[in-house]
Amino acid sequence: MTTNEFTWKVGGAQGEGIDSTGEILATVLTRMGYYIFAYRHFMSLVKGGHTNYKIRASTDREVKYHGDTLEMLVAFDQTTIDENEDELVEGAVIIHDAKFQASTKRGGAVHLCAVPLSQFAKDLGNSIIKNMVAAGASSYMLGIDPSNFYEQIEAQFGKKGAELVNLNKNAFDQGYNYVKEHYGNLQKPVPVASKPEKARLLMSGNECIGLGATLAGCRILAAYPITPATEILYWVLANLPKFGGKVLQAEDEIAACIMAIGANFAGVRSMTSTSGPGLSLMMEALGMSGISETPLVIVDVQRGGPSTGLPTKTEQSDLYEALYGSHGETPRIVIAPTSIEDCFYQMINAFNLAERYQVPVIVLSDLLMGMNKRSFPDLDLSRVTIDRGEVVTQAQLDEMEKGAFKRYALTESGISPRSFPGMKNGRYCALTNEHEETGLEIEDVPMREAQMKKRFRKLSTLERDVNEWGVDYSGPDGAETILVGFGSTEAQIAEAMEQLGGATNVGHLQLRCLMPFPKDAVRPHLEKAQRVVVVDNNYTGQLAGLLCKEIGFHDKMDVLHKYNGNPFTVSEIVSHVKG
Amino acid sequence: MATMADFRYDKATWCPGCGDFSVLAALQQVCVRMGLEPEDVVCVSGIGCSGKISQHFGSYGFHTLHGRSLPTAQGVKMANQDLTVIAAGGDGDGYGIGVGHFIHACRRNVDITYIVMDNHIYGLTTGQASPTSKKGHKTKTSPAGVGEEPLKPLELAIVSGASFVAQAFSGELKQMQNIIEAAMKHKGFSLVNVFSPCVTFNRVNTYEWFKEHIVNLDEEEGYDPTDKYNAMKRIAETESVCTGILYREERPAWHEYVLGATETGTVKQTLDITPADAAGLIDQFRR
Ligand SMILES: Cc1ncc(C[n+]2csc(CCOP(=O)(O)OP(=O)(O)O)c2C)c(N)n1
Ligand code: SF4
Repeated sequence: MTTNEFTWKVGGAQGEGIDSTGEILATVLTRMGYYIFAYRHFMSLVKGGHTNYKIRASTDREVKYHGDTLEMLVAFDQTTIDENEDELVEGAVIIHDAKFQASTKRGGAVHLCAVPLSQFAKDLGNSIIKNMVAAGASSYMLGIDPSNFYEQIEAQFGKKGAELVNLNKNAFDQGYNYVKEHYGNLQKPVPVASKPEKARLLMSGNECIGLGATLAGCRILAAYPITPATEILYWVLANLPKFGGKVLQAEDEIAACIMAIGANFAGVRSMTSTSGPGLSLMMEALGMSGISETPLVIVDVQRGGPSTGLPTKTEQSDLYEALYGSHGETPRIVIAPTSIEDCFYQMINAFNLAERYQVPVIVLSDLLMGMNKRSFPDLDLSRVTIDRGEVVTQAQLDEMEKGAFKRYALTESGISPRSFPGMKNGRYCALTNEHEETGLEIEDVPMREAQMKKRFRKLSTLERDVNEWGVDYSGPDGAETILVGFGSTEAQIAEAMEQLGGATNVGHLQLRCLMPFPKDAVRPHLEKAQRVVVVDNNYTGQLAGLLCKEIGFHDKMDVLHKYNGNPFTVSEIVSHVKG
Repeated sequence: MATMADFRYDKATWCPGCGDFSVLAALQQVCVRMGLEPEDVVCVSGIGCSGKISQHFGSYGFHTLHGRSLPTAQGVKMANQDLTVIAAGGDGDGYGIGVGHFIHACRRNVDITYIVMDNHIYGLTTGQASPTSKKGHKTKTSPAGVGEEPLKPLELAIVSGASFVAQAFSGELKQMQNIIEAAMKHKGFSLVNVFSPCVTFNRVNTYEWFKEHIVNLDEEEGYDPTDKYNAMKRIAETESVCTGILYREERPAWHEYVLGATETGTVKQTLDITPADAAGLIDQFRR
């Protein structure tokens, strides 16, 4: 935590408008020019249960993680205090609803400020509006000028009429004035941010996935609702139809995945999005995509497993399933975006790779990245390219003898050009049985071996390329200690690196592509290191297992596990490295 | 104009006398009769003896997984509604492992034709009980006779919202052709359940057995396939051993009612999004 930052959290029972309270502040702060990360903690029930929304904001640099500590807590109930008081720094402020007698084991280390949040809302005749009272109270404490909130209230409610706008402003003012009057001495103005020239984006990983897919030319999404992936379905449903795309809620994930395969076969870039339980149901379909050489993009927003596990908590424990799941052996690509905006870029990448190599591509996100938001300046549209891979042309088919097209031709690269239904003389039957070059079922030994080799040969160019984009390294050459993570843990590891004082003997490897594995880029770092600290958000150390398999150095591995449903904190990583 | 030869591909490997030969032949003849070109047809099949049909049929094909012909076929049609899409497979494939998809395909009304080669037995896996095996049928997995009630695909289709339900018999090629043609011309999901005898593993439901028991409702005077309740009644009265176009209704197909429905196939929509539209998408997130 630097002096250019601050943290704020609101908590209460689910269904009390906690998210909307958080969203208001997140939007206002982003507009004012703060870089923020907004983190939602919630449970798998609709009403009741504790939920909270935390914001970490900085005036001068992008924030990728919600931070280990907390300076201001707005508590709608006592549970919120009980659940979050350990996170509070010395001198932190708790604004709590005056409807309950608040207590904290932190005693005098923190300030309790009772504000009649519910009472004000009730007096205004609308109990839900207590979120605006809370925003007003927070606004004063943080020293943020009310005009910033008025602007947001008008943007949000303006269309619904002046009455609603005034009601919200009124609620805001009551919270603001009450705190000013009773706790004015506790005000701690936050560092001032300067408004950016161009309004910044505030996006979740799921939104980046939806947007990325749309710009990547995906035109069909078939999916089955599941936390934490459902928001992808929502966003795509709201936007894809504008571009002739279709969205279908399937009867289950087997159907969803296989519909996407059918649509890809017919020539439309198509995908499915899910979480662990759904991915398990897609395993047979994964092999179907593989052996029939039909492109497929699956997004897995991981959550705590196994089975139903922890539906609303984060984990990175589907790695092995993504790498090795499904019976038999099939080439595949597994990509783990390393930040919220990388979700956008990796969707572009995923669709191009799926069609270029005619394989299933699994994009491994997780709840931490998928459902939380951060603000950043912009997305780079120049990185959007569409490469449909090798497709035979109608002219080429016309030149061939009738029926001579070989969909599964044994080419040198292993990649055989595709045809699409509707193309004359391009007929083939895509097959889940082993087959010969035209697609007829076979069991003969040399052809079986040739087709297996062909399918695995396809990835050989990618096996080279992936060393360039499949992993990021920061730190000195020949670092003694290497921190390794994949996907979303980039944020906390990078921050841990800073806290380790930019130590000259520590390096950070963050994997973006797990299959094919960027061996050549990773090996030299592990070779030179004495200690490899693997930050593995699971119980069994799946990333460490992969490193051992692909590179070796079993004896250097020092795994930091976490599987309690919460993301790593920076201090956990720092103390593990130091310890 | 395409000919029968255009709709043939490779020699079928079924046992001599297998009912599936007639289904393949009927399908080929109907495609020719309808003036379809093989590149505009896709035959998607499941796994089983019957599932081999996509390999022997001269159109584009997808020989998928056991029980998964319907999601694949619906995916193909979602991608390109301008194609004629046929899903095909066995009774185990469609009413056992794939029955969940079957019910939802009926509801969804994607414009495809589903042909089930119903031999009341698992053929490819050499003779186990199937969901449509009759009660008491002794098979390898029901040595004392099947104890479960047989699944009733026709009634299930109707109550699930199928907009075209028919039944044919491999021993009646002409009627089967007419039914398949009507099914393919029907807009929406059409089921053609075909009694397609397995001459190797089902010694109970033979050609003779079917001939003896089938009631042809196409020839029944006054039979009105738009009368849902009468259809249910007649199917029940014949204990499902009837043939003909049993039920049909006009309903919008999926590609017509889906949010963002397009005039032409999804595959024909441009992938390029103009810079202005792309900026518009991104601006949703600007604060
Ligand atoms: C997931 C899965 N389970 C089991 C099988 C084995 N299997 C292949 S075909 C079949 C049943 C075939 O019966 P049916 O669908 O009635 O078709 P028929 O062979 O009679 O035409 C089974 C159980 C499989 N291929 N996949
Ligand atoms: S086993 Fe039965 S279903 Fe299979 S090909 Fe032979 S006769 Fe046909």
